Amino acid sequence: MAEKYELKTKEVWDGNTAAAHALRQAQVDVVAAYPITPSTPIVQNYAQFLADGYVDGEFVMVESEHSAMSACVGASAAGGRVATATSSQGYALMVEVLYQASGMRCPIVMTVVNRALASPLNIHGDHGDLYLGRDAGWIHLIANNPQEAYDMTLCAFKIAEDEDVRLPVSTNQDGFLVSHTAQIVEPLDDDTAYKFIGDYKQRNPMLDFNNPVTYGAQTEEEWHFEHKARQHKALMDSPAVIERVFKEFKDLTGREYKLVESYNMDDAEVAVVAMGSNYETAKIAADKAREMGIKAGVVCPRSFRPFPLKEVAEILKNVKAIGAMDRSAPMGTIGALHNEITGALNAFGYNSIVTGYIYGLGGRDTTVEDNLEVFKDLALNAEAGKRVTPLQKFIKLRGPELSFFKVGE
Amino acid sequence: MQLNVRWHSRAGQGAVTGAKALAEVMSQQGKYVQAYSVYGAEKRGAPMTAYDKIDDEPIFDHSKWFTADYVLVIDPSLVFNPEIVDGTHEDTKFIVTTHLSKDDLLAMPQAAHLKDKKLYVLDAIKISQETIGRAIPNTPTLAAFVKISEVVSSDSFLKSMEAILSKFPQKIIDGNMAAMKRAMEEVN
Repeated sequence: MAEKYELKTKEVWDGNTAAAHALRQAQVDVVAAYPITPSTPIVQNYAQFLADGYVDGEFVMVESEHSAMSACVGASAAGGRVATATSSQGYALMVEVLYQASGMRCPIVMTVVNRALASPLNIHGDHGDLYLGRDAGWIHLIANNPQEAYDMTLCAFKIAEDEDVRLPVSTNQDGFLVSHTAQIVEPLDDDTAYKFIGDYKQRNPMLDFNNPVTYGAQTEEEWHFEHKARQHKALMDSPAVIERVFKEFKDLTGREYKLVESYNMDDAEVAVVAMGSNYETAKIAADKAREMGIKAGVVCPRSFRPFPLKEVAEILKNVKAIGAMDRSAPMGTIGALHNEITGALNAFGYNSIVTGYIYGLGGRDTTVEDNLEVFKDLALNAEAGKRVTPLQKFIKLRGPELSFFKVGE
Repeated sequence: MQLNVRWHSRAGQGAVTGAKALAEVMSQQGKYVQAYSVYGAEKRGAPMTAYDKIDDEPIFDHSKWFTADYVLVIDPSLVFNPEIVDGTHEDTKFIVTTHLSKDDLLAMPQAAHLKDKKLYVLDAIKISQETIGRAIPNTPTLAAFVKISEVVSSDSFLKSMEAILSKFPQKIIDGNMAAMKRAMEEVN
């Protein structure tokens, strides 16, 4: 029986420590992992918890991230609660198996610390890995600070394992900016946290020899489409469960989470949409913009997949100009988040002016002032009633100014 | 008002631990905190910086750089790096570790960047060697900062630090406590 860990009501934890404690409190049956910067301390702390008697489950050391996720799939299919952690190149190596995990409906929880993808090699934070997993059939939750890294990880188990979901869930936190930044975290005690998540409920476990099942079967054109459609439906239906879990979490802790987070949006005429730690930095910029007479607000989709199309459109419908902030190299388009937002607005008949901003690649520092510059751009567009700034800009990029689709071009 | 503290050290000297300890101490005083460091894939011995933000209000700014109110230099050779005065203001206080007296240090041409700065010195290397038994200058420098800044009373600080260090063997705790008390007396 695992020992209880004595926690203070207020701890000073970085995002990695917070995620590791959440995994410990979930009493995971199997963690299979191959550590990689900047998520290494999640796995390292977890292994220490196990060695010190705070965890009853198994820790499987593997030779690569591909093997890590494969072992997770096996353990999940066998009928256990399963989790892992990764970043960047490790995430990339897992991608093949991420699709297998979701296709086999394995409710694995993966605590991702977002980091840039090589080449050039870079250990710092951007959303290249998150975007790489975008279509893998996972639920992707966003955490903007260490408290949220803890909270989202607890919620992730409850969402993934729900009878109506049964899909893998990733929680995402910015490399270093959250993972290695110590802030105040208010954890639950071990019993309360475990009770919130609940016991693992098996469904079609392979170790139930009286009811043999097959995982990962082959289906060609006669059934493949139906399986994928059913998986998609589970994702499209999952917001109801996500909201229910967030509600239960709020009742327990007082901390409220929504499918779409927002700041000062009631009367906003311009808005920045961002995922990750810059959502919080942009809040300060919005306050400063308001001091300058710009009615500014900030929006963050808490869930990147399923993408809350309707909620995003609803919160942005009266905004004149929107800046979509993508923390990933767009490589031939405006930006994944930008395209989601324009798609959502268009689908529901709204017509705000949306511009795309690429920022923070490879950990490039993004300040309050950088966000304020975006608000100033947006105010120009809002005032003109049409786009007068380029469609795509790059924040704090060195060298000559780069932009695409300037007005008049 | 947010208080910004920047640490200059070499990887392995304990600046990250020091920054986290300060965050923990201040959180126990009811403050909001952020403690982080900025480094690449460097090895032990490479120069690096660590940061503390301390505020009465929740801290939402996740950008890395700030204008420092206090600069703590815990490696004696980095005192001579002119970069330690970057990102500071008129009233920034510098607390640096050196075996030199303040006057002798300022007389050196390599320390010209520290002229007319609000400068405090202590020999955190010597203090830690003589108390802890190893050159771990983070806790004595942190104690010197507490003495100069008065962000928390010396008694509360030492009490918090004793609790933070409690996971270590008694000998290490005693050494650190002695180092911190001595640093508070010697910083000038």
